[in-house]
Amino acid sequence: MTGAITGHAALRAALLVAAALVLLQIPADAARDDALAIDLSEDLIGISTSFSGADVLLFGATEGVGDVVVVIRSPDSQVIVRRKDRVAGIWVNAEELVFDDAPGFYHIAASAPLDDLLPQPVLDANQIGTDHIAFSPHFPLTVEQENAFREALVRNKRRSGLYTDGLERVDFRGNRLFRTRVALPANVPTGDYRVTVYLVDDREIIGTSQSTLQVRKVGFEAKITEFAFEQAPIYGLIAIVIALIAGWFAGFVFRKV
Amino acid sequence: MTIYLPIAEMSVDVFLILMMGGGVGFLSGLFGVGGGFLMTPLLIFMGITPAVAVATEANQIVAASVSGVLAHMRRRNVDFKMGAVLTAGGFAGSGVGVWIFTFLREIGQVDLLVQLSYVLFLGIVGFLMLFESARAILRSRSGTATRGKLHQHTWLHGLPFKMRFRRSRLYISALLPLGIGFFVGILAAIMGVGGGFLMVPAMIYLLGMPTSVVVGTSLFQIIFVTANVTFLQAVNNQTVDVVLALLLLTGAVIGAQLGTKASGKLRGEELRGLLALMVLGVCAKIGIDLIKTPEDIYSISETPGFGL
Repeated sequence: MTGAITGHAALRAALLVAAALVLLQIPADAARDDALAIDLSEDLIGISTSFSGADVLLFGATEGVGDVVVVIRSPDSQVIVRRKDRVAGIWVNAEELVFDDAPGFYHIAASAPLDDLLPQPVLDANQIGTDHIAFSPHFPLTVEQENAFREALVRNKRRSGLYTDGLERVDFRGNRLFRTRVALPANVPTGDYRVTVYLVDDREIIGTSQSTLQVRKVGFEAKITEFAFEQAPIYGLIAIVIALIAGWFAGFVFRKV
Repeated sequence: MTIYLPIAEMSVDVFLILMMGGGVGFLSGLFGVGGGFLMTPLLIFMGITPAVAVATEANQIVAASVSGVLAHMRRRNVDFKMGAVLTAGGFAGSGVGVWIFTFLREIGQVDLLVQLSYVLFLGIVGFLMLFESARAILRSRSGTATRGKLHQHTWLHGLPFKMRFRRSRLYISALLPLGIGFFVGILAAIMGVGGGFLMVPAMIYLLGMPTSVVVGTSLFQIIFVTANVTFLQAVNNQTVDVVLALLLLTGAVIGAQLGTKASGKLRGEELRGLLALMVLGVCAKIGIDLIKTPEDIYSISETPGFGL
């Protein structure tokens, strides 16, 4: 994290220059798709031994019209939500619901409160905001039960810092350049994150722009994981041998003491 | 200083992990228990997933036990013959235990079973040991201690296949340690621990082994049981984190040596009393967690089953 902070000021200056250059290249009569240009300070977040979270700066430019909503989500995976009930005085896992497609990480930022920007159906359709992510349950329950499990999933993910509350701001510099900081916690899942920026005006999405942010283990971390999964029996044996040697070594050292 | 754990997929404080390893290692050298029943809940409390915690803990216990056994071997406190018989029973038992575990995971109640086994067995073992050691301490204080028989003779001593265990000064049926190893193996697999806290009292009270030999012999058989678990977990679930294990065992092997030295300074009944208090403490903690209203009655997990 310290490296990210020290590099911040220099990075910021460089990014603003870059964003300005992007802006200059947009012709006045640009097509709608060009009304929004974005870039990330990094395309790849490498998880190395010293990784303890990372900051990514997303910046971009509009033509001076509209607000901006930024959504970053990691690949979906299966999540099991369980509810405890009190049975004979003790809390027991009773009911559970499996969701097949919950994003492991979900970040949202906007230049104005979401509800002021877009109507509910549009938020739902585009899965903008943690309350609007479409989780599909593995088996159907009643609507109320399903909602309780859905809310519990979001609540638990927020608690572990993997979903943001929707309070993150997109800041405009002047009326064209915007930027927002995305903090990735140390427990982020790996994968190709989808970065989508929506340009919103008059309660309508008038443009989108997409990018990809890769999060993956690098170097030693990547090698260990690959080894553990691809050479599992050898990995297991080596783990045991390391333990035997370490135990023997300590016994040997302490005999002299 | 933090380090990112490749399999656990989170970053942890290096010194905190070293201290935890050292503390639990000290206890394992002192009491002859692997320490899994303490360390596994601690790791889970830190946010490491139960699957990774259980598997990595097994790997760490291998190192701590080797270190402890070496120290006890120098004091000639390991009954290898007894250890081998217990291990044979333990391997068979853990096989059955894993099968039961898988079955309960399929019907979705493994969490409860794990927690209830902790409360039940830690509770029983803790109370029995506490009462016994308190009585022994009181008896020795009042000075009316009379040297009786080594142990009571019961129907257990009438079983066939008698074997002589020189170091333990026992002549008993091999079925007895084989059966104990088997039973402890089942529970160890279900609870995800080495089983030392069950094995130690079983060896003292059921087999009638001298306390001095019990600790070293228990550690000896734990090496094999936990090595087996480490291998099976690595192959089946890829949940052994060698970086975490290495940090834990660095602390643990040093702690285990210090613990073994300390164990020579304590009397047998005092040692058993302290272990009993610790066992009851963990039992109470898990028991309270079962009863008190959780902050959020909903929880999430990525993998089916488990959640201590």
